[in-house]
Amino acid sequence: MQRSVRTEGNRNSSGIKKLLTSNEAIAEAVRIAKPDVIAAYPITPQSPIVERLAEMVDSGELDASFVRVESEYSAMAVVHGAATAGARVFTATSSHGLAYMFEMCWWIAGSRLPAVMAVATRSIGAPWNIHGDHTDIMSLRDAGWIIGMAESAQEAFDMTLQAFVVSEEVNIPFAVGIDAFTMSHTAEVVEVRDVRLPKRKQAYRILPDMEVAVNAVTLGDARMRARYDLAVDLEKSAEVIERTDSEFGSYGGLVEKYRLEDAEYAVVMAGGWCGDAKDAIDMLRDEGVKIGMLRLRFIRPFPEKAVKELPSEILVVDRANTGFRGILGIETSSCGVEVKNVVAGLGGLYVDVDRFYNLFRKFVDGKIEKVEWLI
Amino acid sequence: MILPGNASCQGCPISMAMRCLDEISKPVLVIPAGCSTVIAGLHPKSAMNGPVVHVPFPSTHSVAAGLSEAYKRIGVKANVVAWMGDGAADIGFAALSASAARKDDLITIVVDNEAYMNTGTQASLSTFWKARTTTSPAGKTEERRNLALIMLAHKADYVATASVGYIRDLRRKFRKAGVMKGFRFIHVHTPCPPGWKFPSEKTVDVARKAVMSGAWILWEYDGKLKLSKAGEKYASKENRIPLEDYLKQGRFSHLSDEEIRELEQKIDEDWELLLRFS
Repeated sequence: MQRSVRTEGNRNSSGIKKLLTSNEAIAEAVRIAKPDVIAAYPITPQSPIVERLAEMVDSGELDASFVRVESEYSAMAVVHGAATAGARVFTATSSHGLAYMFEMCWWIAGSRLPAVMAVATRSIGAPWNIHGDHTDIMSLRDAGWIIGMAESAQEAFDMTLQAFVVSEEVNIPFAVGIDAFTMSHTAEVVEVRDVRLPKRKQAYRILPDMEVAVNAVTLGDARMRARYDLAVDLEKSAEVIERTDSEFGSYGGLVEKYRLEDAEYAVVMAGGWCGDAKDAIDMLRDEGVKIGMLRLRFIRPFPEKAVKELPSEILVVDRANTGFRGILGIETSSCGVEVKNVVAGLGGLYVDVDRFYNLFRKFVDGKIEKVEWLI
Repeated sequence: MILPGNASCQGCPISMAMRCLDEISKPVLVIPAGCSTVIAGLHPKSAMNGPVVHVPFPSTHSVAAGLSEAYKRIGVKANVVAWMGDGAADIGFAALSASAARKDDLITIVVDNEAYMNTGTQASLSTFWKARTTTSPAGKTEERRNLALIMLAHKADYVATASVGYIRDLRRKFRKAGVMKGFRFIHVHTPCPPGWKFPSEKTVDVARKAVMSGAWILWEYDGKLKLSKAGEKYASKENRIPLEDYLKQGRFSHLSDEEIRELEQKIDEDWELLLRFS
């Protein structure tokens, strides 16, 4: 099997411990990944990522082109163009920025171009709200992206580096999600490992003198084939994620199983707020309740196998809804399991350990309806 | 760059302008949605014997900037050409302006047929005042936007207007842009037979009459604005042909004499404004 990281020691190498927010941790990871072109437009709470990268480029710490664009739409379009020419690329956004670049998100995925984007996951208006939920990143679900959700600054760092490797191996763009503020602006100790990545590779690139047209008008057969191939390859990317997991922190691949070994009750969640939920699970465990968590590290490819292995009592706690249940509630139940679904924590509404405890207690007591909103 | 037997309409001015792309070495075309998308060929065929990157409507300049920046970094020589209609210049205006302000190293060619032709002749910001389109059936009530002048205000490295009625002038401008560096912008007047409703053998005739009547001004700017030789004599009103001769198109057939005089006045104002920069 092909080794994605050539340098020996990526698996066990130790790095320098630094106090970093998840935004800063991602900027550090991008510096180490040595992208050729970065394009971004500021938006809260993502801005510190690209501000830090701009500083690195200006100081010479990072040898990359930083293209200052007039919108997120153009950020993704510049990244798209640069990737078409064969450059390693990065951008970051959040909320309305992701909504604004939505068309280009589909285009870059459909073009099968590798790219990495950080998303500081934030609510989408109206009304205005700059705080955390997962509404923005979940909207990428159908576009054909790999979608990862980190829980800590360390994981944000590791996942960002892994994102370049995975994206460039499967020719699918990769979004790394971090919770707004509670991760993006909260400092934690991060071990910054100077990982070496393989050289940029991709399925194709467009150069002068080539007689080729990319993305010309198609009829149904070619479009159907392209969409089918993307769907198949997106599922296959799970293998690459699992294979390279041990080189980027050994988190368990698509999922983290937390106290699930003998669990009779399972909570399914994703993102930074899982930390508080785990504390609540510990409290219930102390009381003898056999409960655990399946933390979805990836939304695409969706960890179907891990969901199917869960005990029969499942509670999915969503931070994004569809108008018909929460998004992860729908996704999880589509794997053929019965779930209870709670939508909570929208717009940064804080769900602390006590509220998680009460919620999980209610679940264990069988008092949760099929779909509930924690308001 | 364009091959014969392509999908353009009879008398298409865009394919005429595309033929002149052979003046530009190592082109990489970026084409947003529009007539040019169709002319360039349907997958898996291509009517262009060079690289074409098809992109969404508003993204043209940003994709082109990304290509140009990446080629620079990986040491590839190329002339990235953002080839767009007036529709893409409308919807992608923010990206166009940002690209010009950054002085991205690329060539922009706007083939302006004064309406959204590929979707069926809807009014654009370039559509002439009073011209009939499918979204202005009684005639457009707003004046056309002068895109090239806006580019001049960005202090672009090169700005030129051109016309398919004056191919030698157009080729010279393509050639000149092709050997320059920086942000180069060429605004090409492309009269559209089905959209403007005139016989398809009259494309060049209509294009020339636009210049001869003063309705389309040929000029260029490379640090200094000057009128192009092919059309400079029409700065004097007495050298112009009657505007009515140019307006013999279906889209203007409803105009009254009074409206034609008003149009003439607007054209005079356009000249006056432009010459202030010369």
